Amino acid sequence: MEVDFKQVRNTLVIKIIGELDLVVADKLRKQIDKKLNEGTIKNLIINLEKVTFIDSSGLGMIIGRYKKISAKNGKIYIVGAKPNVEKILFFSGINKLIPMYKSEQEIISI
Amino acid sequence: MSVKNFVKLEFSSLPENVAFARASVGAFVTQLDCTLDDIEEIKLVISEAVSNSVIHGYNNDPHGQIVVIVYIFDNNGLEIIVEDYGKGITDISKALKPTYSTDPVRMGLGFTFMQSFMDELEVHSEPNKGTSLKMLRSFAIINKEALA
Repeated sequence: MEVDFKQVRNTLVIKIIGELDLVVADKLRKQIDKKLNEGTIKNLIINLEKVTFIDSSGLGMIIGRYKKISAKNGKIYIVGAKPNVEKILFFSGINKLIPMYKSEQEIISI
Repeated sequence: MSVKNFVKLEFSSLPENVAFARASVGAFVTQLDCTLDDIEEIKLVISEAVSNSVIHGYNNDPHGQIVVIVYIFDNNGLEIIVEDYGKGITDISKALKPTYSTDPVRMGLGFTFMQSFMDELEVHSEPNKGTSLKMLRSFAIINKEALA
């Protein structure tokens, strides 16, 4: 698993590469929460362009971050999910809570 | 219907072995006449079942043992057994309910995925003895000659 963190003003953009399962979700949870606890971040963009697999551990990690960000009136977005990943996101109903976009550019343009 | 091929995996209840089990079973089931989407669904089911054993069966204790057995039948069907010898499930009907989880950071969708992507799911569990899942799925045999 590889993760790129980028901060643009008060928005943290994380780009995950690989499979988002139990091991990766636990590591990411800690890494993202550390950044959130530093207090300089309000919004979160989760870029799944390079994610080839997601299971309920990965979904749980995303929902947990959604709760934290929303509690501080921040916004969270998911971008670039491949069709097999998107299918699981839709199946879980996560798309009803978190807006999903094709690319980061699409969020910037709204 | 008879067994055409089978594989048995035994491994420690380490979180890292979730990916191992998923990749191994994913490679094994390519022998079936099914689509890539079907294989992705099987991989998801394995990931959920093995993650449950690691997280709930053994409370993340890496010294437990997990067994995964996969049978491929000559009618293009599949049986998956996932067993652990952990703490077991006290209330199976509650555990099978969507979004139920004993752990607040989990979504409680593991069994829902298993039920949705497999034709049948049986859960046997005894407190302090372990849990055994048996899942069945069959795939339509595609008549490739007719499609040609």
